[in-house]
Amino acid sequence: MKKAIVSAALGVAALGLAASGAVAGTLDDVKAKGFVQCGVSQGLAGFSNPDDKGNWTGIDVDLCRALGAAIFGDSTKVKYTPLSAKERFTALQSGEIDVLSRNTTWTATRDTSLGLNFAGVNYYDGQGFMVRKELGIKSALELSGASICTNTGTTTELNVADYFRANKMEYEIVAFEKADEVVSAYDSGRCDVYTTDQSGLYSQRLKLTNPGDHIVLPEIISKEPLGPVVRQGDDQWFNLVKWTHFAMVNAEEMGITSANVDEKKGGDDPAIKRVLGTEGAFGEALGVGNDWAYNIIKQVGNYSESFERNVGPKTPLAIARGVNALWSDGGLQYAPPIR
Amino acid sequence: MNSKPNIAFVRDHMDAAMPPPSSEVGALGWMRRNLFSSVSNTILTLLVVYVAYLIIPGSLEWSIFNAVWEGTDRLACATTQQGGELPVGWHAACWPYVIAYSKLFIYGRYPDPELWRVNLVLVMFFAGLVPLLMPSVGGKRVNLIFMLGIFPVLALVLLSGGNFEFGQSFWEKYAIFSLAVLVAVFLYMRATENSAMGAVKSTAIGLAIFAAVILFISADFGLVSIETPLWGGFVMTLVIAVTGIVVSLPLGIILALGRRSQMPAVRLFSVIFIEFWRGVPLITVLFMSSVMLPLFLPDGVSFDKLLRALIGVALFSTAYMAEVIRGGMQAIPKGQYEGAMAVGLSYWQSMRMIILPQALKIVIPGIVNTFIGLFKDTTLVSIIGLLDFLGMIVLSHSDPKWATPVQALTSYLFCALVFFIFCFSMGRYSIFMENRLNTGHR
Repeated sequence: MKKAIVSAALGVAALGLAASGAVAGTLDDVKAKGFVQCGVSQGLAGFSNPDDKGNWTGIDVDLCRALGAAIFGDSTKVKYTPLSAKERFTALQSGEIDVLSRNTTWTATRDTSLGLNFAGVNYYDGQGFMVRKELGIKSALELSGASICTNTGTTTELNVADYFRANKMEYEIVAFEKADEVVSAYDSGRCDVYTTDQSGLYSQRLKLTNPGDHIVLPEIISKEPLGPVVRQGDDQWFNLVKWTHFAMVNAEEMGITSANVDEKKGGDDPAIKRVLGTEGAFGEALGVGNDWAYNIIKQVGNYSESFERNVGPKTPLAIARGVNALWSDGGLQYAPPIR
Repeated sequence: MNSKPNIAFVRDHMDAAMPPPSSEVGALGWMRRNLFSSVSNTILTLLVVYVAYLIIPGSLEWSIFNAVWEGTDRLACATTQQGGELPVGWHAACWPYVIAYSKLFIYGRYPDPELWRVNLVLVMFFAGLVPLLMPSVGGKRVNLIFMLGIFPVLALVLLSGGNFEFGQSFWEKYAIFSLAVLVAVFLYMRATENSAMGAVKSTAIGLAIFAAVILFISADFGLVSIETPLWGGFVMTLVIAVTGIVVSLPLGIILALGRRSQMPAVRLFSVIFIEFWRGVPLITVLFMSSVMLPLFLPDGVSFDKLLRALIGVALFSTAYMAEVIRGGMQAIPKGQYEGAMAVGLSYWQSMRMIILPQALKIVIPGIVNTFIGLFKDTTLVSIIGLLDFLGMIVLSHSDPKWATPVQALTSYLFCALVFFIFCFSMGRYSIFMENRLNTGHR
């Protein structure tokens, strides 16, 4: 019996050893193994969470699917590794995953000291406050003396400290380990304010007894640009991840959607033809097929489609585009041209 | 007897016994004896009844009578304030959410068309386990060989798809290793005993069985390969718990023997192993295995995450098991050891036939205690991103499709129920075995 277990261990170990290759070029490795290994969260509504069928959905997941579409022409050739916040960077550094698409904030420390590169921003988030309407508060500057519910061990706690100290206001932190506990504490009146990333406020609001009684204050007290991360020193792979996101943003700007991409492909707009690969060889330069962007748009959609499907006003989260609108609509999403 | 002499009064039959006073029989009598036998008992009984009255109706109302049983999304379990139909103030269980997620809770993200493989493994597991646990069913030897030898290999092949790659170099190394082991055994046995060929033969059989198992799991059965990140839910909890239990008992016995051994090297190794693994928290072990280990390994080499966790959990519980068993061995009177020696039994014979059967019997509660603890500790693997039963439940809280104030509470209630059923069954079985093996020494 012991032998059986030893052999089982050896067998699985051998499988693990066989499955991982050298780290010469991530793109070549990915092409050789036939799928993209994508690190995602352990469940964050709208960004990466499995639905009740077990399929991963969300904005971050769409980026992984777009990578699959760009490389293999098949958005299903992606495997997901759910990672906790603590182990996410190690998983990327050790080569366990090819790309980390896990609502990760781009900061100077992370970009410079971890041997990692941020390949763009696919969602601009920021820390916000939620309060009860009945308090009649209109601005975060009126929150002096408030008790504030939040998660332990995250930057949100530090941001609150900075903000309140800068504005010379008193406050009291009530911190919990899990998001569920924070919500129920706030809901039962143990604190006046609930603070976390604004996208999180919208998703947690669904768990309140009476969502209509609460408002999200307009102030954003921190910048949280969330984006995909790759290992430093592999520029080809870095470029591909970067331009996968840009392709989706460019497609929105040009009005190319998954529904009309075939129709647009036949048109004569040279800019669109360059994106869809009927003119020029931009895919080749990235190391993938020239129809890379066509496949992304056809199978995953443009940035707007991804946004609307996962977090937009028609979803339970009901988040407005806000700063995530295109630059031409007054937002921050701006992609360099494909030419 | 009718022609008896006429004596004034001879009682020729006994009066029927009077019925006991009504206060001593039936429900009333039982209650008098057990619930109201003294003032303090009466007070305690009333207190318990009051507490039960406070808790039970509310829990039943929350979990059953007021609960929602049908629906397709969060609106089924939302009050009018939350955008649904239910009256304001409604707060009860939302079962359609658990039902919609039941497949994910049980199997994790295992692909639908391959679910029969998991089901087959579960059927084999229970079909093998139940007769093994029932003393009245015969064929224990065959059953044990199946459960400990054949079942793990079959389960591994079925769950993962088999077809593991070993390559030429593995077989070459294995051949050299086997040859070296055989030569070593032969030389050692010739130096100490006469029957060298017998020992060599049994070692060769062991090595051959191992090779056969490797051949079996590297064979292609046409099963689709399912990587461990797709495993999850209750099946993963069972995989971790069963592996931990199956590994920890035999290894624990060996370590317990080692710690009481006369050989200093063996004793030192056992002590260091046990004290090391008992000295570190399980969370640390899991964290080291998932976060630190990949950094120490050479670039590009990575072990399967589940395998790392399995090894960590198994070694951890082995250390605890060893101490539990050592406790049992220390409770055996010295006379038993001396008696065994006096009748000329060798060390292994006396352990196998005299000491261990008694020691293990004494520590059944301790062993089952460790098993139950291990079973519940498996939930810690969710902190390293493995989606076991509890991990899957927590993950489902992030689905906005079902997000309501009662979502988390309902799923935690479900989780508690499932764990209670399994742990309670283990506890009852341990009591049953204790009574069966009780030889009246207590």
